[in-house]
Amino acid sequence: MIEPTTTTRAAARIDWNSGTARSLRKKRYAADRRLRFYGIAAISIAVLLLGILLTSLVSTGYLAFVQTHVTMDVAIDPEQVPVDNPAEGNYRAIVADAVQRLFPDIDGRSELRNAVGIVTNGAQVMLRNQVISDPSLIGKTFSIQVPVSDPYDQLYKDVIDRDLPENRRRLNDEQIALFETLEDRGLIEAKANWALLFNADSRFPELAGLAGAIVGSFYALLLCFVISFPVGIAAAIYLEEFAPKNRWTDLIEVNINNLAAVPSIIFGLLGLAVFIQVFGLPRSAPLVGGLVLALMTLPTIIIVTRNSLKAVPPSIREAALGIGASRHEVILHHLLPLAIPGILTGTIIGMAQALGETAPLLLIGMNAFLTSPPGGIMEPATSLPTQIFIWADSPERGFVSRTSAAILVLLGFLILMNAIAIYLRSKLERKW
Amino acid sequence: MTGYLSLTIILFSLAAFYVGRSAATRFAVAGDRLAVHSRPIYHGAFAAIWVGLPALVLVLVWLLFQDGVVRTLVVQSLPPSLTEGASSSQISLFVSEIRNVAAGRIFAEPRPEIAAAAERYASWTVLANWAMVVVALCMMALALFLARVRISPRYRARQSFERALDIIMISSAALAILVTFGIIVSLTYEAIQFFRLVPPTEFFFGLNWEPQIAIRADQVAGTGAFGAVPVFTGTLLIAAIALIVAIPVGLLSAIYLVEFANRRVRGIVKPILEILAGVPTVVYGFFAVLTVAPAVRQTGSLFGIAISPNSALVAGGVMGIMIIPFISSLADDALKAVPQSMRDGSLALGATPAETITKVLVPAALPGIMGGILLAASRAIGETMIVVMAAGLTANLTANPLEGVTTVTVQIVTLLIGDTAFDNPKTLSAFALGLVLFVVTLCLNVAALKIVQRYREKYE
Repeated sequence: MIEPTTTTRAAARIDWNSGTARSLRKKRYAADRRLRFYGIAAISIAVLLLGILLTSLVSTGYLAFVQTHVTMDVAIDPEQVPVDNPAEGNYRAIVADAVQRLFPDIDGRSELRNAVGIVTNGAQVMLRNQVISDPSLIGKTFSIQVPVSDPYDQLYKDVIDRDLPENRRRLNDEQIALFETLEDRGLIEAKANWALLFNADSRFPELAGLAGAIVGSFYALLLCFVISFPVGIAAAIYLEEFAPKNRWTDLIEVNINNLAAVPSIIFGLLGLAVFIQVFGLPRSAPLVGGLVLALMTLPTIIIVTRNSLKAVPPSIREAALGIGASRHEVILHHLLPLAIPGILTGTIIGMAQALGETAPLLLIGMNAFLTSPPGGIMEPATSLPTQIFIWADSPERGFVSRTSAAILVLLGFLILMNAIAIYLRSKLERKW
Repeated sequence: MTGYLSLTIILFSLAAFYVGRSAATRFAVAGDRLAVHSRPIYHGAFAAIWVGLPALVLVLVWLLFQDGVVRTLVVQSLPPSLTEGASSSQISLFVSEIRNVAAGRIFAEPRPEIAAAAERYASWTVLANWAMVVVALCMMALALFLARVRISPRYRARQSFERALDIIMISSAALAILVTFGIIVSLTYEAIQFFRLVPPTEFFFGLNWEPQIAIRADQVAGTGAFGAVPVFTGTLLIAAIALIVAIPVGLLSAIYLVEFANRRVRGIVKPILEILAGVPTVVYGFFAVLTVAPAVRQTGSLFGIAISPNSALVAGGVMGIMIIPFISSLADDALKAVPQSMRDGSLALGATPAETITKVLVPAALPGIMGGILLAASRAIGETMIVVMAAGLTANLTANPLEGVTTVTVQIVTLLIGDTAFDNPKTLSAFALGLVLFVVTLCLNVAALKIVQRYREKYE
């Protein structure tokens, strides 16, 4: 044991300005600065990565919000389109004739085939729909704007480099020359690509859109909300206000916290084995998707609701009980109205998570190729994230920018939902 | 049909509410006010809930089971010439054909037996639907009658209504348990089917994974090998890379945000990190394929290293980005939970902030941080979309991050996309993998939750 007096004397002997003490101090301060620097570096890395992620999506995706169109004159010949049955017309030939008129000086089959290839494959269908909806067009000549097919769209957007050697391009010199004559005559125009939002999926990138996926996601989310919101709140109220504290409720507690962290693909397996195999619900349907998403969102809503109920000051509960309200009345008349802003905020964030969920929907088959939006919750459908997955897997060059654009649309919805949640929180939340 | 029925149930409940309330109001007006036990609104609510709730439950249960029952009946009614000796996958082919014909999606002239069965299927479905409507309506009428008979001045309508609420709440809480139960039962059931075909020893210790066997006789495919060890090691490799990326970045940024940053910096940086957490995983997957994989390959070729296009490095690295906010927010909570007195005590002894952090705060917060890391590991193991898009498909027993490896989740997705028959080891093996995944993540989650909980109690 050292005596206290010696320690004080030893302490007194330390010369704080000596070289060693100074260099020691310097080292310690340097260590402090280093830790700060590491912290800043870590945050910068995270922010930088987010920046790279968003930049790469925007830089490839913005192209898909514009679609190159070509203007051409079509003549609906009554010989090719029967007046009494416009659906039966030979629109393929009409489009070919229109293209031929664009290039009066070409002949030869291969040249013409190249020229027809400039116009999208869907032009005949678009023309057909237009004539069916307005049969008075039969016998008339009018000009329409149709999308150009994907390679020419890429060419016009300079994704395909015209200066590359011919064998490394997707279009040969002849095809580019044909397209350039159209450009010179001012028939090519880039327009806002509303088809991206209002068309359903297609094998041709220039026609593919997100309408089916948006409708499918909407149905699935609606069902998810209708199920998980009331059930989650009811379960949370029971667990928070009524359940006795014993081993069973502890088990439920652990169970719910665990469910919130179970990998989403497990819910997909559950949906496949139970809803589709056992109950025979239709594959690919938003009904099953919504049920699976509801089971996934349920723990989130339960946890959020319990926290919001806990945040209501006990004085309110006690005051209500004191003037003779029953326990149910305390909850229905006082606690729940006060907790609802927090519950809503959490629910919207949970819904946003559900909107981005992909893996379980893949397993229940919501990655089908469908060219029309679903008519109801029992019909096959895709969802926004699964559509992104399908497009990301497609080999056509045009789908790369469309995938990015679809991701930007999805992120737009997510930002909107989160903005609503933040707005609700700031507007409705009460500070006690 | 179901939509109209739900609407009818809602309207019926509203009518019941009105009937109950007006009856109770009449008592209240006619007699001594104090003699009425419950307020009129409770009589209404009592009638509405007991009319609507049973009907709603009936419709739900009916819808869940109707198709299965009709399907079984139709299959039984098929002539024995078709069903004799048919395997379950053939039967399910018949069923889907019958369904298609019944729904009018006819591609070729169906066989007469199938056409007849489709007719039966359609008519029985219609019959079942109408039966559901009739039963539901009868039930609601009966419930309304019983409720109306019960309503009297002394009737305890509020208690009865609250009892119904209790039932709703308890069954909702039970549903949360039912989900776990359903996961365990369905995975275990299918996994047992799998282990009947493939011995567990091969699955857990075999080194060769080639599940793409022929399901139909005319398919060209591998012979089938179900040794899952390379799949497990691939999962661990990618998860480890993800954690190596995420732990330092997440932990250091949490330390900076809690201990050094001022309020304004925190207010800006925390939401940015939360954006990283809110980005859907399919977006990260596409990012990995679009940007990260080419960049990594180019960097590799710069140094003359050949990097596989779907290397574990890319998948793990991008997964790491996804996990950063997860670790950072849990470490943030853990550091904040350390009592201020410990911080002040250390600083008062002359320690620099960095010394306080490394010698006092981090050791004190370690259980919480460890819990967060365990949860992040569970996340990384169960993450699906990033690896489905960026990692490989072939099982490869290697620890080299530059090669392609496959994971449990990738295998589950590739094995189950497109195939519906549940009678061959290929599809069933996905459920065995799923069971392993569930058990492992369950252990990690429960351990993490226990650690975090105990830690929280320590400082409260």
